[in-house]
Amino acid sequence: MASSSTSLRRKLMRHLQHGDVLWWALLLLSAVVVVVLVLWIAWQLWVQSAPSRHAFGWDFIWPWVKSVWNPALDKFQAWPAIYGSLITATIALVLAVPLALGIAIFLSELAPAWLRAPLNYMVEMLAAIPSVVYGLWGIYVFLPLVVVPIGKALEPLGSVPGIGIFFKGPVPASGFTRLGAALVLVIMILPTIAAVSRDVLQAVPRSQREAAMALGATQWETVWKVLIPYGQSGILGAVILGFGRAIGETMAVTMVIGNSAGGGYSILKPGYTMASIIANEFAEAVSEMHTSALMEIGLVLFAITLLLNAFARWLVVNRTIKRA
Amino acid sequence: MQPQLNITEPTRAAATATDLKMETRGLSVYYKNFRAIKEINLPVYENRVLAIIGPSGCGKSTLLRALNRMNDLVPGARVEGEVLLDGENIYAPGQDVVDIRRRVGMVFQRPNPFPMSVYDNVAFGPRLLGIRKKSVLDEIVERSLRAAALWEHVQDKLGQSGMALSGGQQQRLCIARAIAMEPEVILMDEPTSALDPMATLTIEDLIQRLKENFTIVIVTHNMQQAARISDFTAFLSMDEDRAGYLVEFGPTVEVFTNPKEKLTEDYITGRFG
Repeated sequence: MASSSTSLRRKLMRHLQHGDVLWWALLLLSAVVVVVLVLWIAWQLWVQSAPSRHAFGWDFIWPWVKSVWNPALDKFQAWPAIYGSLITATIALVLAVPLALGIAIFLSELAPAWLRAPLNYMVEMLAAIPSVVYGLWGIYVFLPLVVVPIGKALEPLGSVPGIGIFFKGPVPASGFTRLGAALVLVIMILPTIAAVSRDVLQAVPRSQREAAMALGATQWETVWKVLIPYGQSGILGAVILGFGRAIGETMAVTMVIGNSAGGGYSILKPGYTMASIIANEFAEAVSEMHTSALMEIGLVLFAITLLLNAFARWLVVNRTIKRA
Repeated sequence: MQPQLNITEPTRAAATATDLKMETRGLSVYYKNFRAIKEINLPVYENRVLAIIGPSGCGKSTLLRALNRMNDLVPGARVEGEVLLDGENIYAPGQDVVDIRRRVGMVFQRPNPFPMSVYDNVAFGPRLLGIRKKSVLDEIVERSLRAAALWEHVQDKLGQSGMALSGGQQQRLCIARAIAMEPEVILMDEPTSALDPMATLTIEDLIQRLKENFTIVIVTHNMQQAARISDFTAFLSMDEDRAGYLVEFGPTVEVFTNPKEKLTEDYITGRFG
């Protein structure tokens, strides 16, 4: 009796173990798929960009090389697109971060309970709007009503020595400019940064708030001197995620940036971003070199976003472990 | 079995009433519709240690947190009655809650240093007061850390994170942080419940010395601790609606050796709680 029940248990255990092995293998497979996909994409970009890499070398991405983007001559240089991505994402970030932090602080600390849920919902809604809708809204509403007036107001800065090159006008009447792309990006990355920062602030232990309050800190002081320092790595992570989203955003930017390889450094002129030049030209790229050059831009974009995400993740994880 | 009560002679001698530092009058605290404590009248004497004891859930912490308006942070919390600090009701309209918390400091159950250096932890409060001068801050930090019996251990590592200290040292850091504000009253909410016996003993010694300069109110689960360190004891229990009320208040020696109420006696002899 005793032995039969033991052997039954053993059988059961073995059965379960087989199940475990199967389950484990399935999960491993799904994890491997992700890794393989990433490596495959990277490999493809690397291989397909070979002609361009061999023909142009590092000159392809340097800012100080005279820029040409001429499919007819098969001459390509990517700096204007790289610059377009960096400048639009940076402007977007500079404007979005304070606003997003304000939203996060309000949602996490100040908003009365009845307002919190609908506001949270709205913020998440903002993140869920498809980017093509942002693009359309940008073209028909945002560019003429907001971007053009702001651009006009900035035009006088074009004659200021030093920073003048960034504000060379005139602003096109359509509003298709790097500034337009940057401002649309502000709205698009706002919910990402706000939602993550809000979660970070809410994750600060109650004991930290109480410690500050018990020392006679006002709510303002508690937020700025305790909560934000406590959550700084998480907030930094949120900011980098926002930057990653801004630099990778394709559809809306392509629709509002004007798609031109010229424009110098002025934010009041149309330009390209890495993502938008690929989206805009890939279908019409007939020569191998043109395709390859776009692939190389894709490679650069891939590398930048990968590094940014890795950095953000490292910051968040690193600090979370330290806290625990 | 009678609990081992270890009341030292100095504690006995000190158990005389001094000036009233604080006083609650008919104090009730509600969380939404639930009444957590009801109609508590409790004196807090200056430069004395008052221990608040009682079974779990009887509102000890609620009472303590009513003394510096920390309950204001809890949504739905509401207060009836008065809490007097030097004769003034801290809940009166127009009272500055920030100012009250500066005068009535608090140390919590779990050590909660900020994730910053030892120095910055202690200097946090003074900096809130607008003190920026390095020499003044240095002086406050050293004095507070000395008062919290921590200076010898951390004087060479003031720049280190306060979270890197041991649990007992973290709690003393939190006491130093509270002291740096030069409060008049220090509230302690089970300050040793997360600490080991040695660290507990250090804190208890510290409390004995702190009462020379401060008035101390301590909530404790540990009756021995109340007996060891306090001059006065308030025993709370809860009624059938689970609202906490004051059963007995008196000099600690009286409450522990000669309780007036049967309930108190049952509690301190371990018959319930």
